[in-house]
Amino acid sequence: MILLELFIGFLKVGCFAFGGAYGAIPLIRDVVLSYGWLDDEMLTYMIAVSESTPGPIMVNLATYVGSSQAGILGSLVATLAVVLPSFITILLVTALLKTALKNPYVQAVLRGLKPCMIGIILATGVSMIIRNGVVIQDSVLLIRPMILTLVLGTIYFGSRKIKKGGVSPILLISLSALAGIAVYGLL
Amino acid sequence: MNLLLDLFLTFAKIGLFTFGGGYAMIALIENTCVEKKQWITHDEMMTITVIAESTPGPIAINCATYVGYKQKGFAGALAATIGMILPSFCIIFAISRFLDRFLEITWIAHAFQGIKIAVGILILDAAIKMLQKMQKKLMPRAIMLCGFAAMLPINIFSVGISSIILMLTAGLVSLIIFMIKKPAAKGGAAK
Repeated sequence: MILLELFIGFLKVGCFAFGGAYGAIPLIRDVVLSYGWLDDEMLTYMIAVSESTPGPIMVNLATYVGSSQAGILGSLVATLAVVLPSFITILLVTALLKTALKNPYVQAVLRGLKPCMIGIILATGVSMIIRNGVVIQDSVLLIRPMILTLVLGTIYFGSRKIKKGGVSPILLISLSALAGIAVYGLL
Repeated sequence: MNLLLDLFLTFAKIGLFTFGGGYAMIALIENTCVEKKQWITHDEMMTITVIAESTPGPIAINCATYVGYKQKGFAGALAATIGMILPSFCIIFAISRFLDRFLEITWIAHAFQGIKIAVGILILDAAIKMLQKMQKKLMPRAIMLCGFAAMLPINIFSVGISSIILMLTAGLVSLIIFMIKKPAAKGGAAK
């Protein structure tokens, strides 16, 4: 049943999403692709939409996936499932287990989980750039994705050298939309 | 004003005005809950940040749950957390109803060809920032590299191995190493 699948899928995401806003993306990608809810393309678009609308990215993604699969009920179930683990954890930590997080064994597990998460996020970013930037169609390397990747990468990382903080994520997404229209519409 | 309603509305406002989630929200939450409402102290805010780092889930949700609980127990936690989620829930739900049709428009499809690449760059950047904050020691670096080396082929060739299994393995390996090292360190100085 789809509602149960949504609940279990996003409960898993909620339980393992360490590492802030982007920490959940590799997990969500895993779950969403394995159930066949969205394809990679649509998921990437939704990440951009989630970044450009208010609210935490993983909650936004859960709402969207739930809604696309099972309407309002699906979005409610998926959103609830993704939030539930952190809600319960914080209640437990503040109400009962104040010292649990300082426990050396818990610390040892966390010391393993977090760097692994960073590696996973890094791999996700790298593979996304490769997949979207180096596109081979009919054994020809497409030039437009390469141009877009180089231009946007230079703008985003280069702007930091000029101004502290550089280009914000939302500004980068806006610029990338304009660049996409320019490169695909005019070239 | 009723405290529950106040918690709900305050966090709804935070939820409505913070983009991208994560650490962008801390500044706004600090400004609202510590300075204006004085629901929690600055020290408590620091503690939440540390707890949020060690527990799963978005930091904004963690903060809302904590502040709500401190003010009004379980009901408070519920009011604050729902308030935090509701604005973005409504917005995303509305978007989800028309995004498919929206993408059929040619120039919007072009725009998303660019946006797709920006998302990859943003994820890479998030990972780089986390790497810079990571402890510069052998263990975290080795685990990070293993996670990276295992995940890259999984992503590129779409192998059906879950990143959750990778993370659990890393946690387990780290725990085992800790338990092996612990008796050895007992006599002498730890670390």
